[in-house]
Amino acid sequence: MTPLGVWAVIAVVGAGTFLIRFSFIYLFEYLSEVPEGAERALRFVPAAVLAALVAPAVVVVDGTPAVGIGNERLLAASVAALVAWRTENVLATIVVGMAALLGLGTVM
Amino acid sequence: MPSRRESFSEGVRAVAPVLVGIVPFGLVAGAAAVEVGLSGLQAVGLSVVVFAGAAQLAAIDLLGGDAPLAVVVVTALVINLRMLMYSASIAPHFRDAATRWRAGLAYLLTDQAYALSVTRFGADRPVRKRWYYLGAALPLWAVWQVCTVAGVVVGARVPDSLPLSFAVPLTFLALLMPAVTDRAAGVAATVGGVGAVVGAGLPLNLGLIAGALGGVVAGLLVESGWQR
Repeated sequence: MTPLGVWAVIAVVGAGTFLIRFSFIYLFEYLSEVPEGAERALRFVPAAVLAALVAPAVVVVDGTPAVGIGNERLLAASVAALVAWRTENVLATIVVGMAALLGLGTVM
Repeated sequence: MPSRRESFSEGVRAVAPVLVGIVPFGLVAGAAAVEVGLSGLQAVGLSVVVFAGAAQLAAIDLLGGDAPLAVVVVTALVINLRMLMYSASIAPHFRDAATRWRAGLAYLLTDQAYALSVTRFGADRPVRKRWYYLGAALPLWAVWQVCTVAGVVVGARVPDSLPLSFAVPLTFLALLMPAVTDRAAGVAATVGGVGAVVGAGLPLNLGLIAGALGGVVAGLLVESGWQR
């Protein structure tokens, strides 16, 4: 890992990430509208992607899925999910989730 | 129609609680970067140029393990591919803005800014979309950069007893719940989550992409089943 190599990675990932972000925001000028099928599909993107970001982070322990009461992160996340569902409050979700994880850490 | 200022501050108010969740994430991104041997300038450069937490952390991890540079680049970009979908989804809302404006808005596109904005744009109450989005996205950017710098300065050691990294999935969890608006979206989330877990061992973080795509397809199937 040379310093030049690191900067090259930063530059290429930065440029690529910007192009990904800009892609449709730019191209929309040349399309009259997003095709109806794409629009219907995109409605499900937030739910699917957010779940795909959350689930492995709380379910997978050391590379293996762990569903059970031995998994403190899963238990804490379940409590947090309940709070998120009832309140839709980000801060409350984080505070309760962290507190649950810390509490379980002391108990278990 | 509310004023620009009102829409901007509505965005700021919406993002405020989310900021708490990215503080530990940003600290970790800064601390981890110097821990694996990046210079402080490189750590901050990564944050400013790429500005995408999950991809940054993956890149840092791989750089620390001396992975081939091409693998680092591909992995980070694959993780960011989901933003292609955000870009397409939010594009109609920004269609009237000048190209320079849209380039700036695109640079600021994140999971959180996207989720907050699209949810708000779907509501009945009027809002100046660009300004609401900026209100949500700019504080995210600023807090992220400040926290990365703080992480670099504080340096390596976040005590293991404090599971700060857990704040990241909790943030996504809190954003997930309002996104599950009906049964089809619920199925999309379930399939997306299960798919990502099953594919967690796949290289290049393909599990995330596969899970998300599977979730979208499942949502579409449920929805079309309903309409008949």
